[in-house]
Amino acid sequence: MSTYRMHLLVCGGTGCQASDSRQLADNLQAQVLMAGMGKEVQVVTTGCFGFCEKGPIVKVLPDNIFYVEVKPADAEEIVSEHVLKGRPVNRLLYVEPGMKERIAEHREMPFYKKQLRIALRNCGFIDPEDINEYISVDGYQALGKVLTEMTPDALLVLMKKSGLRGRGGGGFPTGLKWEAAARNKSDKKYIICNADEGDPGAFMDRSILEGDPHSVLEAMAIAGYATGADCGYIYIRAEYPLAIHRLVIAIGQARQAGLLGENILGTGFSFDIEIKYGAGAFVCGEETALIHSIEGERGEPTNKPPFPAESGLWEKPTCVNNVETFANVPPIILNGPEWFSSIGSEKSKGTKVFALAGKVNNVGLVEVPMGIKLREIIFDIGGGIKDGKKFKSVQTGGPSGGCIPAEHLDTPIDYENLTRIGSMMGSGGMIVLDEDDCMVNVAKFYLEFTCDESCGKCTPCRVGNKRLHEILTRITEGKGTMKDLDNLKELGGIIKDTALCGLGQTSPNPVLSTMKYFWDEYVAHVVDKRCPAGVCTALLSYYVLPDNCIGCTACRRVCPVSCISGEVKKVHEIDQTKCIKCGACQKACKFGAIVRK
Amino acid sequence: MGIKSLDELKSLRDKLKTDINIRASGEIDSNIRVVVGMATCGIAAGARPVFTAMVDEARMLELGNVTFVQSGCMGACHSEPTVEVRFPGLEPILYGNVTAEAGREIVRRHVRNGELVQNLIIGRPFETV
Repeated sequence: MSTYRMHLLVCGGTGCQASDSRQLADNLQAQVLMAGMGKEVQVVTTGCFGFCEKGPIVKVLPDNIFYVEVKPADAEEIVSEHVLKGRPVNRLLYVEPGMKERIAEHREMPFYKKQLRIALRNCGFIDPEDINEYISVDGYQALGKVLTEMTPDALLVLMKKSGLRGRGGGGFPTGLKWEAAARNKSDKKYIICNADEGDPGAFMDRSILEGDPHSVLEAMAIAGYATGADCGYIYIRAEYPLAIHRLVIAIGQARQAGLLGENILGTGFSFDIEIKYGAGAFVCGEETALIHSIEGERGEPTNKPPFPAESGLWEKPTCVNNVETFANVPPIILNGPEWFSSIGSEKSKGTKVFALAGKVNNVGLVEVPMGIKLREIIFDIGGGIKDGKKFKSVQTGGPSGGCIPAEHLDTPIDYENLTRIGSMMGSGGMIVLDEDDCMVNVAKFYLEFTCDESCGKCTPCRVGNKRLHEILTRITEGKGTMKDLDNLKELGGIIKDTALCGLGQTSPNPVLSTMKYFWDEYVAHVVDKRCPAGVCTALLSYYVLPDNCIGCTACRRVCPVSCISGEVKKVHEIDQTKCIKCGACQKACKFGAIVRK
Repeated sequence: MGIKSLDELKSLRDKLKTDINIRASGEIDSNIRVVVGMATCGIAAGARPVFTAMVDEARMLELGNVTFVQSGCMGACHSEPTVEVRFPGLEPILYGNVTAEAGREIVRRHVRNGELVQNLIIGRPFETV
């Protein structure tokens, strides 16, 4: 039996691995062995801790010391100082922006204080490549419980009672979805895990699969029992190699342990799971398109009804749930539906994982109870806006969502409230924008994305979004008219009403929400031919302030198109007809003599 | 190595749980904390075998409510290895010249039963502010 007395948890998520955490884990292991403590200290590679901004993360337990931005070369000091002599390495502890004190324990960090981890409960705590670690934290107990103690009907009642809703965006009650699939009689049924995470900036599903793959496998088997399916597919994009790697290991281990396959735990219930790779098309996150893709057809959506619960994969009843939804299922069964429904707001129960990105200090993955205010996420957990800039807006829900202005920062977050203020929950991407972001340009960015990702099957989405994008481009180039603004609104409304699937029905949201809350910015672009945030290059010019210019020629030398004239010690001048507005001169000038207007 | 029943799964979990509990224990404030001085002087005097022996003893006794951590020099270099036992809300007790066997005794008597091992106590640790 092992006598490990100390555990060094190293984050092995994609983000931290990109910063060399694998080498770090190897180095720590080597140092531990060299110190002769191989039997006392265990180095564990875990899933994502969520605090990606400051990765790679190393957590020392049971001391509860949280190290940030650890480099492979720091391994020696951690082992020789902390592991060997019990002296935490002070310089690697976290410092909260604006504070002086270093914080040793993660629970003292504002980033973690307001979080409540259900879906992410095991991420950053267990080794995702070892089924024994999952079993030791009550893994597969929920499956065992439903198989031995509950009928499928009782399980459906429990799920409905919990109030769990789909975490992929739509927010459809999970219990009802399972029930619909269960009610339809068929010789064959399917469970599909939608891991086609496509929103720019969202990575919660990937992190769950990387950090706790077994929780998803277990929940899929539970869903199989509830609906009468014996076969599951995980549809995951091939561009998630680490998540796939860990899923393959997890499925292999679960089969070997008899937790997947025939006659699970001797109960006569059989369920197995296969992985299907997607090519990374956004539209394949839509469930009908996803099903067609698994069938080998083009990833294009079809009309609903029939819903997948009646006629899904190979025309059999099929239940499609998102990764995060599945990850919530085992704790609900073990702790009871009352426990789950006691968390969250009136209509949105439990927690939601958000991928916090953009101009915020603590970029990362956060899981918070529903009903928390946007302000708490951005300013308390997120640590506020980078470089002390002013908050302008937060984009939620990805390309289907909208931009929420400062006036709604105190709105409690749940499905209904976000929709009411013109955005949506989506999969939980949350991109923070500051005063330097141009809202017209942001809308254009998302439209560009939807134009790229539209499958082209229906005209409103294929042609309509293209036209929206063209109008937005015109506006950012200073060629827009007030008529264009009317057209944007009208066309946006038409696309929403007439597009075939969720992608098209929501794609005008970024335009419509920014027009609603940032109308002035649109008008400034159209009427004054001015971009207030100074982003749209066509609408701004660089000028030399004669009073500040000392004639050092620094700007003249860096200008890539040689449009700056002027001799040494004489005031320089920018030729506006040649200027490409790259801003190099402004960066080069040490005297603040170049301004952007 | 298939798991044949829920009971088998449960007993496997119980067997594996001890290791994971060590991870979680640092966050449980109601736990008893045992601090072993592991500065150079402590290590030289043999603190490491003491530490592992105590962890091992707690494991054998299946004590779930104790967290073992090491610390730097506590200033009692003359009596190393030193072991401090802190019950939540009580004054910490400092033991000195602890051997591996004495460490096991401290776990058995003090940590488990709450009785002090009088002959090993070297005093109360210094006041901290």
